[in-house]
Amino acid sequence: MDFFSQIINGLGIGSIYALVALGYSMVYGIVQLINFAHGDIIMVGAYVVFVILVMMNLPLWLAVLGSIIFCGLAGVVIERVAYHRLLVRDAPRISLLITAIGVSIFLQNLFQLLFGSDAKSMPKMFSFSPLQIGELQITSSTVLNILVSVVMMAGLQLMVSKMKIGKAMRATSEDAGAAKLMGINTNTTIAFTFGIGSALASAGAVLYCNTYPQIKPIMGGLLGLKAFVAAVLGGIGSIPGAMLGGYLLGVAESLTNAYISSNLTDAVVFGILIIVLLVKPAGLLGKNTREKV
Amino acid sequence: MLGISRRKKISYVVNLVIVILLYVVFTMLIRQGVVNSYYSDIINMMCINIIMAVSLNLVTGLLGQLVLGHAGFMLVGAYAAGLFTLHSGLPLPVAFPIALVLGGLVAALFGVIIGVPALRLKGDYLAIITLGFGEIIRVIANNLTITNGAKGLYGIDSLNSRHNLTAMFTYMFFIAVLAIFISFTFGTSRHGRAVISIREDEIAAEASGINTTYYKLLAFILAAFFAGVAGGLYAHQIGLIDPSKFDFNRSVEILVMVVLGGMGSITGSIISAGVLTVLPEALRGFSSYRMLLYSIVLICVMLFRPTGLLGRSEFSLMKTVDKIKGAVKGKKQDPASNKEG
Amino acid sequence: MMKKRLLAAVLAAVMLSASATGCAQGGGNTDSGAAGSAAAAGETIKIGGLAPLTGNVSVYGIATNNGVKLAVDKINKAGGVLGKQIEYIAYDEKGDAIEAVNAYNKLVQDDKVVALVGDVTSKPTIAVAQKAVKDGLPMITATGTAADITKAGDNIFRACFIDPFQGELMAAYAAQKLGAKTAAIIYDNGDDYSTGVADAFEAAAKEAGMTITNKEAYQSGSVDFKSQLTKIKAGNPDVVMVPVYYSDVALIAVQAKDVGLSAKLLGADGWDGVLEKIDKSNLDAVKDCYFCSQYSAESSDPDLQAFLKTYKETYNTDANMFAVLGYDAMGMMVSAIEKAGSTDSDKIVEALKGIEYKGLTGNTTFDENRNPVREAVITTIADGKYKFVENFKK
Repeated sequence: MDFFSQIINGLGIGSIYALVALGYSMVYGIVQLINFAHGDIIMVGAYVVFVILVMMNLPLWLAVLGSIIFCGLAGVVIERVAYHRLLVRDAPRISLLITAIGVSIFLQNLFQLLFGSDAKSMPKMFSFSPLQIGELQITSSTVLNILVSVVMMAGLQLMVSKMKIGKAMRATSEDAGAAKLMGINTNTTIAFTFGIGSALASAGAVLYCNTYPQIKPIMGGLLGLKAFVAAVLGGIGSIPGAMLGGYLLGVAESLTNAYISSNLTDAVVFGILIIVLLVKPAGLLGKNTREKV
Repeated sequence: MLGISRRKKISYVVNLVIVILLYVVFTMLIRQGVVNSYYSDIINMMCINIIMAVSLNLVTGLLGQLVLGHAGFMLVGAYAAGLFTLHSGLPLPVAFPIALVLGGLVAALFGVIIGVPALRLKGDYLAIITLGFGEIIRVIANNLTITNGAKGLYGIDSLNSRHNLTAMFTYMFFIAVLAIFISFTFGTSRHGRAVISIREDEIAAEASGINTTYYKLLAFILAAFFAGVAGGLYAHQIGLIDPSKFDFNRSVEILVMVVLGGMGSITGSIISAGVLTVLPEALRGFSSYRMLLYSIVLICVMLFRPTGLLGRSEFSLMKTVDKIKGAVKGKKQDPASNKEG
Repeated sequence: MMKKRLLAAVLAAVMLSASATGCAQGGGNTDSGAAGSAAAAGETIKIGGLAPLTGNVSVYGIATNNGVKLAVDKINKAGGVLGKQIEYIAYDEKGDAIEAVNAYNKLVQDDKVVALVGDVTSKPTIAVAQKAVKDGLPMITATGTAADITKAGDNIFRACFIDPFQGELMAAYAAQKLGAKTAAIIYDNGDDYSTGVADAFEAAAKEAGMTITNKEAYQSGSVDFKSQLTKIKAGNPDVVMVPVYYSDVALIAVQAKDVGLSAKLLGADGWDGVLEKIDKSNLDAVKDCYFCSQYSAESSDPDLQAFLKTYKETYNTDANMFAVLGYDAMGMMVSAIEKAGSTDSDKIVEALKGIEYKGLTGNTTFDENRNPVREAVITTIADGKYKFVENFKK
């Protein structure tokens, strides 16, 4: 029975990794940028929820909606201000990476100045009774995390495969030059991708606050790193891959804690990452691209 | 105009004179107390960062591979050197140089262990796998008894004493000079050209008979060695090794130095390592705003100068002198060549 | 091409000039209150401070530094010491040993401080202590709890309890007062405070005849502890020792309730402040927990109540243990200077060794390792408030 509880524990945190990993994956798929500031967008989202829900004392749905809209816009603004100039000039990708790191440091320190570095506590947000299956008890937050992440992934997958903007995204990711020639506005598509990725991150932020009722300016660092590992594990650029990576990572952490050693969890997690990369360099569900001569 | 070889000779002599002059001036200043230990410790940290940046530049600039685990090598070197000094029982002046070499060698060994599997990958995947190795090293160091776990290893003595204020500086300075010299000669040697050809086009390089695996590994190990030596210097300078400080963020800090200076430019790495060591100290008065400022500077430099301050070019005194001559003749000054003048 | 070069030159110039102007202005934030005007006349006693004011551990540094500043204000308003005002010069060290050593050098070399109140977290404190011993500078850390800090040398003191002391104390309390037979531990294995207390608790609990059912670690920065707690629950211990800082405590307590762990939670002084980090809707997660602390906020001591009130007014937030210890550390240093009658390093150190100081944390003397000797307070939480239980000596 403990084994199943541990799996459930893993899926609970794993679904948050998965939601965040989706954002990494989408951005990477389209501009090949490891967006290190993505984890900090979650922090921004969490603080927006905090401001609306706790400081302004407004209803929860407004906080959630406000956070998603704010983060979506913030994503677009960050893309325009910090990345756009580099993207259109085809600058070295490493410069983009450093810029992303700069944005990450900027956001962390800005929020530390605005709200102080101390953690803020969050109230319970969604509470319904835990799910009982036989002896197994699943907390409400875990149920919610798993449900929301699956729905989000399905919606995203649908959007990418069926909707016009989704097709534009795929085309831009496949060959930006050719997409432009086919009349796709790649600039808008890229901005849109950043917006969607950030909005997803803020959905992740809401779930995060509900599960771990505490936020601080540096909370995005470790979460972002883990989610990034999840994205790579599943195959960066692939939507189901990001989900799979997130769940796997969560479960691997949980089982390591339970059955190997809670001292070595991070080492085991990164060990799995290394092995997967060596055996299947593009990740579990990623496409293997062979370099042409 | 001078012949190439004669020019090269003159340039060697000029650089040698400058190095010796710099050393003598700094030593005098420190001994006389003009430069107090606040400034001399910063200069020492600058040397350590220069070694780190120049060594990472071998892999990131010359070989063109992104590495996010350089701090891991530094950590390994720091522990190897620190543990040797603490447990060897030799007098410090004897133990210290041996510890440094040992730190470098152990780090180089880790370079082989990590490099052989990791260098099969490239680009972002190599970055990620080195990140993974770096984190694993840190987690393991945090859990071993010999490294004193999370408490960190401390009690490692500095070579400096009240009677000898420049002992550490001497080591720092000449090891930094050595790292820079080796980087330059490596970059212009046959091996270096092979490495650069891999950066430009790996498939073409392989097709023209270059053993790419060998040369990639060579650059990687050389970088790891110097990172290990820098780690050893760090351990003795601060007297404390805190494993949590050698995480992914430290690796990123070093990468920022390399990219900001200009990838592939050794002088660029030196300048930006120097500036980025001094900058946080200089901004001390701004306290809570300094990291904000740092991030804005970082973003702006990248936006307006994506290839880094110096790009791939090297700053050279000889060329600058030539340019100034030419500029005076042409009555037209080139502002870029004067900036460090 | 030309344009780009120009731009590069300008950027380089900006960076260099930024460092240059910074050097010129690098006076640090001299927080002095009344001392401001006196400082200009050169009639001050300079005391240095080190604390992480930015970065991951800044929450502890800021609180400590604020406490120290209130002590300085109070002393200066009462006329200062040796007829001079105190000038407190504090630098940020970001929780980093390199920065701490740099800042220390600056304090000693440029600012010429006569004593140091700092650092806040253990590792930078050790690095600084190793340097301070060479200089012979009187140094007192408010909150550096690692046992080895004061072992660096004769001139290093501290205002707080050491890690092993707290671990042993809580083990004794669990065995004697709570009648616990089995115990589990969950701790942060990247944090020396947490590992220090956890190890001492484990050893002392075993010695007292208790069984340790589980000792589970987590990595610094983790927010999910459910798998560790599920494992602990399976061992069914009487008490669970949680020697971590208050924001992690809040998360662990809530999740312990979630997984259905019913054992009593125990903690050390890092728990002080947990109530501010836990929302009202989750308060029952920490009820009936016991932790040892350096002082009791309920105490009727007028000095303490006045301090808590002034702190709240000045900084618009509640004072915690760090602030209280910061206040006391500065108080001890100043009364030692007063007792020594001079700012001579050796005399101050001698005075500190023999000091009997009445502060917010009670009456303090120093033992032969320059650690404070005083009673610890056992606190519990009931009805969303800290409740004083008893003074306890093991």
